[in-house]
Amino acid sequence: MDSPVIKSFTELQAIKAQEYVHVAMREGAEEAAKYANMTYRKNVLICGGTGCTSSNSEVLISTMKDELKKRGLENEINVVRTGCFGLCALGPIMIVYPEGCFYSRVKVEDIPTIVEEHLLKGNVVKELLYDETVDGDNIKSLNETAFYAKQKRVALRNCGVINPENIKEYIAVDGYKALNKVLTEMTSQDVIETVKASGLRGRGGGGFPTGLKWQFAAANKADQKYVCCNADEGDPGAFMDRSVLEGDPHVVLEAMAIAGYAIGATQGYIYVRAEYPIAVKRLQIAIKQAREYGMLGKNIFGTDFSFDVELRLGAGAFVCGEETALMTSIEGKRGEPRPRPPFPAVKGLFGKPTILNNVESYANIPRIILNGAEWFASMGTEKAKGTKVFALGGKIKHTGLVEIPMGTTLREVVEEIGGGIPNGKKFKAAQTGGPSGGCIPAKYFDIPLDYDNLISIGSMVGSGGLIIMDEDSCMVDIAKFFLEFTVDESCGKCTPCRIGTRRLLEILEKITSGNGTLEDIDKMEELCYYIKANSLCGLGQTAPNPILSTLRYFRDEYIAHVVDKTCPAGVCKKLLNYSIDADKCKGCTACARKCPVGAISGAVKTAHTIDTTKCIKCGACMETCKFGAISKK
Amino acid sequence: MQKRISTLPFKGTAEQKAKLEAVIAEHKSQPGAVMPVLQAAQEIYGYLPYEVQKMIAEGLNVSMEEVYGVSTFYSQFSLSPKGQYNISVCLGTACYVKGSGALLDKLCAELGIQPEECSADGLFSLTACRCIGACGLAPVLTVNDDVYGRLTPDDIPGILAKYRQ
Repeated sequence: MDSPVIKSFTELQAIKAQEYVHVAMREGAEEAAKYANMTYRKNVLICGGTGCTSSNSEVLISTMKDELKKRGLENEINVVRTGCFGLCALGPIMIVYPEGCFYSRVKVEDIPTIVEEHLLKGNVVKELLYDETVDGDNIKSLNETAFYAKQKRVALRNCGVINPENIKEYIAVDGYKALNKVLTEMTSQDVIETVKASGLRGRGGGGFPTGLKWQFAAANKADQKYVCCNADEGDPGAFMDRSVLEGDPHVVLEAMAIAGYAIGATQGYIYVRAEYPIAVKRLQIAIKQAREYGMLGKNIFGTDFSFDVELRLGAGAFVCGEETALMTSIEGKRGEPRPRPPFPAVKGLFGKPTILNNVESYANIPRIILNGAEWFASMGTEKAKGTKVFALGGKIKHTGLVEIPMGTTLREVVEEIGGGIPNGKKFKAAQTGGPSGGCIPAKYFDIPLDYDNLISIGSMVGSGGLIIMDEDSCMVDIAKFFLEFTVDESCGKCTPCRIGTRRLLEILEKITSGNGTLEDIDKMEELCYYIKANSLCGLGQTAPNPILSTLRYFRDEYIAHVVDKTCPAGVCKKLLNYSIDADKCKGCTACARKCPVGAISGAVKTAHTIDTTKCIKCGACMETCKFGAISKK
Repeated sequence: MQKRISTLPFKGTAEQKAKLEAVIAEHKSQPGAVMPVLQAAQEIYGYLPYEVQKMIAEGLNVSMEEVYGVSTFYSQFSLSPKGQYNISVCLGTACYVKGSGALLDKLCAELGIQPEECSADGLFSLTACRCIGACGLAPVLTVNDDVYGRLTPDDIPGILAKYRQ
């Protein structure tokens, strides 16, 4: 067999032409019509991201293949396992092209019907489609639904479109074309200027201009430089980097090679969480294929540029998302941060000039090279260009990944894209930036989401977790939750973070158990500012943010906890009082028998009462009552 | 979080030792080899007893202090053995606001163990983890590689029963 190594643009285009006929119909019927000689009649795309794999999409894929085989359709219908479509709440998801029919929450039992009716006879099985796409006889495509219509997919453009385990499908959608353009038409300074002009800022949370970072590293002379990719997505509730790695791993490799060319590095490292097994596997496959096709390795596209990438697995330490800690961890040591300066661009991995960018930042690079800096800069706001991916979660109808132009308002995200809050509850706050961020209260519902706006109201974009909370969430409890996290994850190197966060947590525990005083709140606030000012790295400097921002907008809730000794949202167990509604109680004695401390008394068939001095607030009575007579306040 | 360090006697086989030696040989010349080797060793032995860490230190020619420093730093490295089925409850933000704390409480009650412990019959161990990225299915837990999502505490007994058979 001929070597698959691609040596020129012509050879790259030849593969694209050959492969595009399979992919064309995923662009819609119109695009499909241009290719009369398509090998396959239909494409069935099934999500193989973590969310859908967790709800059994692997079994769907194998069942689908079996059913097609039974009917002799295996050469007419192409079954493709893709990355994440984004609408994880409706998983497992299956899309049939060229129609673009969107089957949601597909069950194994549904497969024979879909194969028989839709794929064989051509009758769409309407009752199994996502209900928002069915409008009488009219069937809407994915892009017309509320969830997708407002989105603008740049970083996620290939996720849910191509098979991430096949480099040819990536090439079919212009993959590695940007790398070729860079190597054959641009100088390294051109690349840096383009990235700078695009206005791309770091998507991992800091928001530092990417092009500037590259320029600093390029300016330093050294025998060896490194390009690193931060895929240690530790912010709980954020999973956009994982989706890019699972759905489009080659884009990261291509962007890293471009970065290598720009700064003069020949070696890259991807530091990925071991908690993401699917992402790790797809990256390993992608690296292997990229080497086979000569997209990594020596003399890429026949030029004298060489670049290779190695994968390093994290081992569960949140602090390793901090750039200096990450590099220490790649060096095989305890992942503790180092003081800056020297910055990584001067002295980074193994003491050499290094750039470190986040997965989502890299995912934007090839498009910027191909479409130009002006195209990218035309999206977003004045100071924040392009798009941002948010992981929408918590109390929201459409949980999943959304990519929106910078400057989209929170209201649009929650009400239009997210479909609102379930069960008729009211929006209370959105939490962004995870343990380093803060919350956005309802009064800022119309704030355009970008770096500077969020910082001005005491939150941050962070890596893009966006957790929606309704009236049932207690803000003091949420602050405590994040502090438990930072106490656990503080690496212990510097005192303000190691001891300070522990003290903050202790005060929060005192408040939520009903023993707090107003003085405690002031003391806690003061301590927050000390920790922010004196910690070594980003973890400690931002750890107090969840407290400061909840204090800023929900101080009344803290006061209710310490003065009235109540939890308005009904979350903090020790502050709740259980009571029995005498009108609803039938006197069945079930609760009295269940109570572990004998706090409930009352005769058979008469209303019972709870002795609040004995009650340990375990909630067992409330679970037991069949009449809904017990409530907590 | 304080690491639990097992006091059980080390029972490694010659076969496991040969595997570990091969891994050490493969990584020996690579910069920053300690972490990848510890990860492979945990695959081989299921956890990282003192004896295994000592073999790694000697094999890679680094100090035991360095190996031990790394193994105790990262939460994924386990210094005590896990149950046949390791249950991991996600306490990430999205799962937490949807009630994963109650799932963990229910598991503790059902199994009679606390997080980071292993049941007496060696069948189940329990851990709390931070976000496996399946936030769309919140709240979730994993039993070895199986993921269960959209759970309530009432689902717990049924899940445990599946593995007790």
